[in-house]
Amino acid sequence: MLRLDCPVCGLRDHDEFTYLEDGSITYPKLTNENQDDWFDAVYLRENPRGRHVEKWHHTFGCRTVLLVERDTLTHVIGKIKPAHPKIAAALKQPATAKKRS
Amino acid sequence: MTGSRFASGGLIDRKKPITFQYDGMRVQGFAGDTIASALMASGHQIVGRSFKYHRPRGINSAGPEESGALFTVGDNANRTPNVKGTIAEIHDGLIVRSQNAFPNVRYDVGAVNGLIAPFLTAGFYYKTFVGPFSGTRFWMMFEYFIRKAAGLGVASRDADPATYDIAHHHCDILVVGAGPSGLWTAVQLAEAGQSVMLVEQDFACGGQLLSRNNARDAAFIAEMQSRLTRAGGRIMVRTTAFGLYDGLVTGLVERVTDHLSAPHESLPREIFHIVRPQQIVLASGALERGLAFGNNDRPGVMLAHAVARYAGRFGVSAGQSCIMATSHDGTYDDALQLAEAGMQICVLDARPCHTDAQEAAKRVGLDILFETVPVQVAGGRGVAGLEVGMCDSDGVVHSDNRMIGADVVGMSGGYSPVVNLLSHRGVKPVWDADIQAFRTGPTTEAIQVVGSADGFYDNEACLASADVAVSHILRPRRRDAETDIFRGWQTPAMPLFEINIQGRSLKSFIDPQHDVTTADIRQAHSEGFVSVEHMKRYTTLGMATDQGRMGNILGLATMAEARNMPIAESGITTFRPPFTPVSIGVLAGRSSGADWWPTRRTPMHDTHLSAGAAMMDAGYWKRAWYYPQNGETMDDAYIREAAIVRQTVGMVDVSTLGKIAIQGPDATEFLNQIYINAFAKLPVGKARYGIMLRDDGHVMDDGTTWRLSDDEYFMTTTTAQAGPVMLFLEELLQTRMTNLEVHVSSVSDYWAGIAVAGPLARQVLTGALPALDWSNDAFPFMGVQSAELNLGGAVIPFRAARISFSGERAWEIYVPADFGNVVWAHLAEHVALAGGSPYGMEALGTLRIEKGHVTGAELDGRVTLEDAGFARMASKTKPYIGSVLRKRPGLMDEARPSLVGIFPKDRSKQFGTGAILCEPGAVSGFGKGWITAVTHSPAFGHWIGLGFVSGGYDAWHDKTVMIADPVRGVTIEGEIVSPHMFDPEGGRQNG
Ligand SMILES: [Zn+2]
Repeated sequence: MLRLDCPVCGLRDHDEFTYLEDGSITYPKLTNENQDDWFDAVYLRENPRGRHVEKWHHTFGCRTVLLVERDTLTHVIGKIKPAHPKIAAALKQPATAKKRS
Repeated sequence: MTGSRFASGGLIDRKKPITFQYDGMRVQGFAGDTIASALMASGHQIVGRSFKYHRPRGINSAGPEESGALFTVGDNANRTPNVKGTIAEIHDGLIVRSQNAFPNVRYDVGAVNGLIAPFLTAGFYYKTFVGPFSGTRFWMMFEYFIRKAAGLGVASRDADPATYDIAHHHCDILVVGAGPSGLWTAVQLAEAGQSVMLVEQDFACGGQLLSRNNARDAAFIAEMQSRLTRAGGRIMVRTTAFGLYDGLVTGLVERVTDHLSAPHESLPREIFHIVRPQQIVLASGALERGLAFGNNDRPGVMLAHAVARYAGRFGVSAGQSCIMATSHDGTYDDALQLAEAGMQICVLDARPCHTDAQEAAKRVGLDILFETVPVQVAGGRGVAGLEVGMCDSDGVVHSDNRMIGADVVGMSGGYSPVVNLLSHRGVKPVWDADIQAFRTGPTTEAIQVVGSADGFYDNEACLASADVAVSHILRPRRRDAETDIFRGWQTPAMPLFEINIQGRSLKSFIDPQHDVTTADIRQAHSEGFVSVEHMKRYTTLGMATDQGRMGNILGLATMAEARNMPIAESGITTFRPPFTPVSIGVLAGRSSGADWWPTRRTPMHDTHLSAGAAMMDAGYWKRAWYYPQNGETMDDAYIREAAIVRQTVGMVDVSTLGKIAIQGPDATEFLNQIYINAFAKLPVGKARYGIMLRDDGHVMDDGTTWRLSDDEYFMTTTTAQAGPVMLFLEELLQTRMTNLEVHVSSVSDYWAGIAVAGPLARQVLTGALPALDWSNDAFPFMGVQSAELNLGGAVIPFRAARISFSGERAWEIYVPADFGNVVWAHLAEHVALAGGSPYGMEALGTLRIEKGHVTGAELDGRVTLEDAGFARMASKTKPYIGSVLRKRPGLMDEARPSLVGIFPKDRSKQFGTGAILCEPGAVSGFGKGWITAVTHSPAFGHWIGLGFVSGGYDAWHDKTVMIADPVRGVTIEGEIVSPHMFDPEGGRQNG
C-alpha cells in the first residue's frame, strides 16, 4: 500500500486518492487548434523507469489535486505539492497564517 | 514409524484430554497438541497422499513448512482444505479428513499414478497443451482423469458462513516472530518507550525454545512476555505476517476461532490486521531443510529438528529408533535431546569428525557414523530401514550396501533463514557460503532482521544480533561498528543437498507435495528451462501450498550443479505474498453480501417502499423501478405509468442526479469552456441543456445548468457520471484553468429532486406550490425560479426549472433533502387529485425512449456528438474541452454508427436490448449497428427502440433492417426511424 503525505490532510493510504495521470503533461491552451499538440497531450506518455511526477486527487479527503513524485521502480514517494500554484503558495506560509489566527 | 506419547514431558496439558474425529475415527490428544502431534502420538503414520503419484505421505515437519500433513478441516459449508496439521490446534469436536485419496489414505486407488510415473514428469501438463497431441482429445482425456484424481483438497461449494473483520493499527515497531530474538528485541524497545506489536504465527511464544522444553527457557519466555506486556507492548499469537508492502504497511491474519470448539457467535473467524508501523523488526526465524536421497518422501522421514520438537514440545516419540542424517553441528543438540528422552539414536554425519560438537557428542556416547550419508529408504508405507553410503571430502558417495534398521529418519541439510517478507519488498536474497543458505540482502527501508532470520543460529548470537538492531532503532545517529557476532555454527556447514550414486536412479523428492524430484530438475535443465524462475514453473517446484519451504534450496542446488555454477550465481526465485495461504473471506472483511459496496438511498426511499414500489439498483443507488397496483406485472405497471404521464400527470424521484454548485466571478467563463454550447449569454433565471466532452472528443455527460445569479450556477449531471464530472471539474480548476476564480462543490446529497410531468403538471403545481405563477408567460420553457412553500407551519425553500426529460410539460422541483418526504407526499396528493400517479425508472425509460433522449445506455464513452445527433449544438465560435480532437478524421467519418429509432416491421413483434442490426441476407459478424434500449410504447401501442446504426437515419430510412438477437435465437425485420419518435416538434413540452 502506497501512503501519500497530503499537504492538507497528512499521511494517508493511497485508497483515499484517485490516480489521475502523468503530472508532467502540459495541455495546450484551449485556443490551440493544432490536433497534433492535443494528441500528444492526451495520448502520449513516457512511462519512465525511476522518478515520475503524477497527478493524484485526494478524493476521500480534501479533494486537492496533488503533484506526487513517485519512483516507478521502488515506489518511493518523494515531494508532494498541490497542483494549483496558489494553493501551494498558501500552504508554504503556515507560520504567518497561524500568527494571524 | 509408529509414534507414541512419552510417559511425561511436553508443553501439553495432560489433565485436559481432547477428542476429535479423523477420517471417522475418534482420536484423543491433549490441550496444547496440534493435529499432527495428536495423530503422531496415536500412531497414525500415513496422513495423506501426494498430488501427482499418490505416494503415501506422513508428517514431515513441525511448522508452516509442512508438505505432508495437510487436511480438510470442518464440515459442510465450514470446510477448509489444505490446513497444515502441524500448525492447527485440536479442539473437542474438530472434524479432520485426509486428502487426495480415495477411499482413504491407507488404501488409495490413485496410487496407480505412481506406476505411470514416466508420463507424469516435469512439464507434463504443458506438453499435453502443445504438440504432438495439440488439438486432439488426448489432453481432454488426461485432464479428466488427473483432475479427478488430483486436487489439493476440496473446498465447499456453499457460501462461507463465517464472518471476518479488518482492523487497522499504527505503532512504532512491529516485530515479526516471537522466538528468543523477537521477544528480546520487543522487550527492550517497549521498555525504552516505543509502542511495540509482537506477532507470532504459532499459538505460543518461544520459537525454537519450545522444542527443548527446559525450565530455563520456559522462565525466559514467561519473563519476556510479562515484561513486554507491562511495558505496554501487544503480543498477538496465531497471527501470521503474510505480506510486506510499500510504506512498511504489513498485512497480518489472526486466526481467532479455528482453535475453539464453541466460539462466541460475536467473534469473527479471522481478522485481517493492516499495520502501519514506523519500523519493522523481522525475527521470522529459519526453517530446516531436508536432503535429497532415495525415497526420502516415505512416512517416517522427517526434518531432524522436527523429531526433537515433537518430543520436547508435545511429549511425542516419532518412533523407537531414529537415524539423524546431517551435514552440520546443529543436529547434535536434537540428537542428544532425543537420546536423553529414551529414543534409540544413530547420527549419520556426512563430515569427518573434526568439530567440537561432534567430539562432545561422541564423549557422551552418542552413536555416530562419520562421513556417512543416507542413500535410500527401505519400506513402502513407512521406514523399515536405511541404506547408507560413504561420502568422501568432495561429496562423492559410494554405497557399500550397508542397511541400518530404524523406523524414523530425521534429515537436515542445514537451515534457511526466512527471507520471504523482505523478498516481498523486492530485496534479493544473497547466498552466504558460511551458512550454506540465502540471507536477505541490504534494504534502505526501516527494517531490521535479527536472530536466525539473519543466519544467527546460536542462541547467544541471536540475542546479540537483537541488541544491535535495538541500538540502531533507538540511537540511529550512532552507527555501531560492524559487530563480529558469528553466523551459523562455530564450524561452517558442509554443502550437502543431494545424495547421488553413479549408476543408480533414486527417487529423491525435493517437493513432496507436488511430487517434484531431482530427476525432474535435471530434465528441466536438459530441455532448456535453466533460469530458476523457468525451472520453478516448468517443474511446479515450490508451487504447492507449502511453497517448497523444505525443498526449494535442494532444487536450486540441483539446477546449479547441472549448470555447473555456484548457487550464488544461479539464484533464487522471488517470494511473493502471501507467506502462507490466506482465506479470501478475511481479505474481504465485512465487505460481502449487501455490504459489498455502499447503498445509497434517496430522501424519499421509505415513501416509495410504503407506496409498494419495486426497487432497482442503479450503481450504488436504490431507485423506485415501478409501482405495481393490484398485482400488476412490471410490464403492466410501467405501461400504465407512462400512459398516465402522457394523459394527465406523473411524478418521479430524480434525487440521484448529480448536483454541483458552481460559484465565483468566472463561473460563466468556466461553463463556456467545459460545455460544447454557449453559456456566455444565459440570463439569470434560465436553464440550458449542456453537453460536455472529454479531451479526446467523446461525449462525457449531459445535463441542465441553471443560472441562479450573476456568479452562481446549479449544474445537474447524470446519476452515473456525477462523481467523474465533479472530479474532472476540480481537476481542470486546479491544473489547467487556474486563472479562473471559480469554486465547485458537490451538493448532490443536499437536494431532493422531484420531476412533475404531464399535461396537468401546471394545474398540480399551481395548487401545490402557490407561491409561484406557473403560467406559460411567467414560467416559460427553460425558466428557473425559487420560492418557498408553507407546509404545516414549516417554511420550505425550493427551486424549480421548467425542463422535460419525458417530452411533456414538466418541471423539476428541488427541496432541501430533509424535506424530500413531506414535499413528495404533498405533491403526491395533488397529483392523485388530478388523476395522476408516481412513476418509476421503467416508465421514465419508456418516455425518454419515445422522445429519443439519451442516457448512459447511449452515452457509453465511445460516442461522439455526431453519433448522438448533437453536432448542431456545438459552438463554432468558441473553443471548449474536446473541441479539437473531436474533429479527427476517424471521428467525423459519416459511416460511423449514429443514433436512430427502431420500429419492428410487424408491429406485434417484440425485440430486445443488445440485439445487433444487420442488412438483410447478411446477419453475421458484428452487423451494422446495435440496439441500446427498447420499450413497449403506450403512445405508439407497440415495441420501439433506440440504437446506433452505420450511416444513421439518412442511410437506412427507406430500407429494411434485420434485428438479430443470436443469444435468444430471434431475428425479425425492422425499420429505422428518426430517434425523435414522439412529438418531434416539442409542442407538448413547450405549451
Ligand atoms: Zn488531503
